[in-house]
Amino acid sequence: MSQGLLRASLAILVKDLRIEWRARARLMGLSCFAATMLPLFAFAVGPDIKTLRAHAGGYLWLTLLLASTLQLSRSFQVEVESGALDNLLLLPVAPPAIFYGKALASALQLSVLAIITAPITFALCDAGLVESPLLFIGVVLLGTAGLAAPGTLYAALTARLPSRQLLLPLLLFPLVVPCLLAAVKATSLVLEGDPMEQTTSWLGLLAAFDAVYWGLCGLLFGKVVDR
Amino acid sequence: MRPGLRWEHGVLALGLGLLAFGHYQGLFVAPREAMMGDVGRILYVHVPTAWVGLLTFSWVFVAAIGSLWSGSMKWDAAVEATAEVGVVLCSLLLVQGSIWARPTWNVWWTWDPRLTTTAVMAISFVVVLILRRVIDAPARRLTVSAVASIVAFVNVPIVYMSVKWWRTLHQPFSSPETVDSPMVTPLRIAAFGMLFLSIALCTLRWRIAHKRLAAEAEAPELPPEQPQLTLPDEVS
Repeated sequence: MSQGLLRASLAILVKDLRIEWRARARLMGLSCFAATMLPLFAFAVGPDIKTLRAHAGGYLWLTLLLASTLQLSRSFQVEVESGALDNLLLLPVAPPAIFYGKALASALQLSVLAIITAPITFALCDAGLVESPLLFIGVVLLGTAGLAAPGTLYAALTARLPSRQLLLPLLLFPLVVPCLLAAVKATSLVLEGDPMEQTTSWLGLLAAFDAVYWGLCGLLFGKVVDR
Repeated sequence: MRPGLRWEHGVLALGLGLLAFGHYQGLFVAPREAMMGDVGRILYVHVPTAWVGLLTFSWVFVAAIGSLWSGSMKWDAAVEATAEVGVVLCSLLLVQGSIWARPTWNVWWTWDPRLTTTAVMAISFVVVLILRRVIDAPARRLTVSAVASIVAFVNVPIVYMSVKWWRTLHQPFSSPETVDSPMVTPLRIAAFGMLFLSIALCTLRWRIAHKRLAAEAEAPELPPEQPQLTLPDEVS
């Protein structure tokens, strides 16, 4: 059973990634969106390089959060537009498999976006080089997973509603506050060094957030797409 | 009993009476707080609001599970009623906290974990109420608001534990162990008053919501929307 779930999830993951790969101009578009956001933060707070440097992690994650609402609503829009979601639900797979496949695809795409955006952010804010790239990639993976799980559930919930552009961010933003907070803190610690060794506890909070929401949203997803 | 009167009216009167008596005790009889002076008397309204507010959000959670499980209109009305009363209590909580924080911490608001998690919780449940207004299809509204309530409820234990998990400015839990004995009685009375008030308001609101949902279910189906006519030159 669990092996079936895993295989079905992987199949949906591959399907979603293939769709995105065929429309890869979109990921470039999202990266350009992110690159447009970043100077706006600098304009909003002024060109003081010290302030920019201190908040580089915050700008990176806010940009990712804004881009994530575009990416997440898109991941269900392609299904709803062509009526593919109904066919997907007719397949003999458990709804959690659809959820995990789509959420994983979103998390991976957001991670790629983060890895494209991060060097631009750190260059614009003069934040220097990341000392341990592996740790940074860990923060990115855990953080984008935290955005993707509730985001996928809510994108499915709002996919057929007329006011979805308003509702998705309204639902998602308050919910991901702990995730955003932990991801920003961990990113800042990776950038500025971590003399008090706090990174582990922020990564722990991210992992706990991911565990709670990947579990809970997987359970609720069946109810959301059922009717 | 008069025909228009129901049991919740009695509970409402009892709650208001207890609140008035508890506040009289708290404002005029109980001793001044040693550190904060008279400002500390906000304890008698703030702590009951917090307790009962969190409890009301727990009822939203129970009602949301019930409505997802059964798909019944009664549970759906309960989600609406308890979420609305919870949002009112939680907003009152934030306002009272701000009024107290100004003389004590010298700010109206501070980014303390307790305050931040409470504000996030309030917004999450306000979103549930907004969702209920914008979705017209009853079955869809039931599912969406129940799912959003269950996910929003994850905040409640975080708010409750926030003073323990993070080092914060906010006081730790208030309980008979942390509150001096002459202050415990008025606090208890006010807390029960607030609890009865919340029960009565939730029930009254539930009756309204239930009637409205029932009326909506009985209303004749609207004719399907006519396809819009497009002029030939607008056809892409």
